[in-house]
Amino acid sequence: MTSRMRHGLAAMVSLVLAVALAGCGDDDEAADGPATLSYAVWDVNQVPVMEELAAAFTKDHPDITVKVQMTPWADYWTKLRAAVSGGEAPDVFWMNGPNFQLYADNKVIAPLDERIKDAKLDLGVYPKALVDLYTFEGKVYGLPKDFDTVGVWYNKELFTAAGVPFPKDGWTWADFKSAAAKLTDPAKGVYGIGAGVGSAQEYYYNTIYQAGGQVISPDGKKSGFDQPASIEGLRFWTDLIKAKQSPDIKTMTDTQPIQLFEAGKLAMYWGGSWNVTEFGKNDYTKTRVDAGPLPMGVKKASIIHGVANVVSAKTKYKNQSWEFVKFLGSQPAAEILGKKGPIPAYNGTQAAWKQANAAFNGQVFLDAVSYAVPYPVSRNTAAWNEAETKHLTRAYNGEVDIETAAKALAAEMNDLLAKE
Amino acid sequence: MTVTESGTTRANPAVVPAPGPRKRRSWRSGTGEALWGYLLIAPTGLGLAVFYLWPVLQTAYFSFTEWGPFGGHEWIGLENYETLAGDEDVLRALGNTVLYTLVGLLGIPVAVVLAALLNRRGLRGVAVYRALFFLPVVTMPVAVAMVWRWMYNGDYGLLNQALSAVGVEGPHWIADPATALYALALVGIWSSIGYNLVIFLAGMQAIPRELYEAAEIDGAGAVAQFRTVTLPMLSPSIFFVSVVSVIGSLQLFDLVYVIGGSGQTARGNPAYPRIQTVVALFYEKAFVTNDRGYAAAIVMALLLLIVALTAVQFRLQKKWVHYA
Repeated sequence: MTSRMRHGLAAMVSLVLAVALAGCGDDDEAADGPATLSYAVWDVNQVPVMEELAAAFTKDHPDITVKVQMTPWADYWTKLRAAVSGGEAPDVFWMNGPNFQLYADNKVIAPLDERIKDAKLDLGVYPKALVDLYTFEGKVYGLPKDFDTVGVWYNKELFTAAGVPFPKDGWTWADFKSAAAKLTDPAKGVYGIGAGVGSAQEYYYNTIYQAGGQVISPDGKKSGFDQPASIEGLRFWTDLIKAKQSPDIKTMTDTQPIQLFEAGKLAMYWGGSWNVTEFGKNDYTKTRVDAGPLPMGVKKASIIHGVANVVSAKTKYKNQSWEFVKFLGSQPAAEILGKKGPIPAYNGTQAAWKQANAAFNGQVFLDAVSYAVPYPVSRNTAAWNEAETKHLTRAYNGEVDIETAAKALAAEMNDLLAKE
Repeated sequence: MTVTESGTTRANPAVVPAPGPRKRRSWRSGTGEALWGYLLIAPTGLGLAVFYLWPVLQTAYFSFTEWGPFGGHEWIGLENYETLAGDEDVLRALGNTVLYTLVGLLGIPVAVVLAALLNRRGLRGVAVYRALFFLPVVTMPVAVAMVWRWMYNGDYGLLNQALSAVGVEGPHWIADPATALYALALVGIWSSIGYNLVIFLAGMQAIPRELYEAAEIDGAGAVAQFRTVTLPMLSPSIFFVSVVSVIGSLQLFDLVYVIGGSGQTARGNPAYPRIQTVVALFYEKAFVTNDRGYAAAIVMALLLLIVALTAVQFRLQKKWVHYA
């Protein structure tokens, strides 16, 4: 009895407090006044440039300060969901493709269409694939911050030693396969490529679209894994493992493909534009590797993904948060970002990024935008991503053939999509 | 002796038929004592209630609901449990968990023997050994897991380097479905041995010397003494340790996450279906694929399993545990 009363009392007190607090943060009052915005990000390497951007924003808007909150990637989404459930979401935060629809659908983030129209912003300054990625049911919810595409990182030394020409624009799957065969040298423990299954973005998503298949139907309702072309895109990888031109996946479970590549055990590594940071720091890869375009199958394709800045639907500072997001999406902000961060999304500002990473052929990743395919997503992307790993691992490990695995995956994915 | 005596008098006032005033005083002092008792356990009790009991009740409730990814839930009755009953993944995870628990129990005899060796009179450097054995217990589990992950590496790991020196080609311990679970169980045993050892040592030191002297006079050697004196006298400690390790093993998560591949480090591990435990499955459902109501049902099933196994252990203890 007493304990229940105490609970009731506590609930009442917190209710009164909440009402009082809500009163303080009245919408009209806070609409344009001074504010301190919280800005949640997950990449510790980008914290300095984010703080620089925040400071640049405060210079123009002296009464608004921005606090950058860094949460490591591993905990970012778990923490953000908890914060949203508890009504403590940051005002502005980073969003990615796989999570976007979940947040938009649940009205956790605010649509920006009206704001964009009022401010007469032209979304044509960003790659279309990115604007589409952050459009849900016809409404735009985020301004693209940066983007990344996929290319082939290759070891120049190993290529030269094997007498294989470097990857160049227009090379095909057949060229790639013959290169992989020539570069494989069992005596030295060197493989042409590592067919990783743990991550889709750099591997089979690209080949599925290159083969003319699809991961998910454009309306996001049906799996594409059972299409014959998609299966060809997957077979591309399982064939490489079968031919021993890639290490088996037991080896790649113990030592990730990127570690093997950095040890000179893989001649090629399918990776993203984001790898410039890692390969630029590593003493082995710094001078030995470079980037080339992905080979083409039936057509060219490279998965494009990018982070967007979004505004919490529940923020007390709706106008100020929008002002900040607008600034982050602007050309001056993109120029600051390009010097120290990933490829900025704003068209025409990518030169700064290329210059900052001049050790590698960064143009490859910029050229890929013209044939890029958006990262496939739906409302609960994570659910079928788990199913992908589960089914495809068995095929990559040779327990079932790839067609059986792909069909089983499509069936499970369709069930999951039906539940969304 | 006196403690027990006064204890009985107080707990059972009827034993001393006393006149009014005395009775009243004893009643008053009784409640006073109880009040103090409750006050003293209040901090722990409150903590347990708030951080353990309340979440358990909440989880039980949520297992009958479907959760939105940002909170908000809808009552769906037994639907989660119906799905659970036909879910092969759950069944497989249960099987893995039980097997892991059984293998983990092998750590107990090892710890008993080690404790007996450390307990011998005249052994030098006992403190050093104890510290060494206890070290894994106070080391961060994730750090432990990372180091073992390196050692188990099939191509470059320490373990296989050592094996190749004697001409044996070791497997990919963590990625081979045939070895992965046992490799994890070994890490589990290794990291809990120190804790078990301390309990067994304490238990052994409480065994009266006279019993050993009597056994010696009867002509029992070291091994016979261990069998007829140490083991029976130690059985309450062994019982305690086995209950605690079964409960701990059934909740295995960190090793699977860091070494086995439910985290990012080894995604796509072909052995993963063979090492995925119930808690790892729970984690994936709750925090990766956003199916929290179902995840709650999975842990409720685990809770029932733990309660059942513990009850069985308590039932069986009458057969082999001797309380002196």
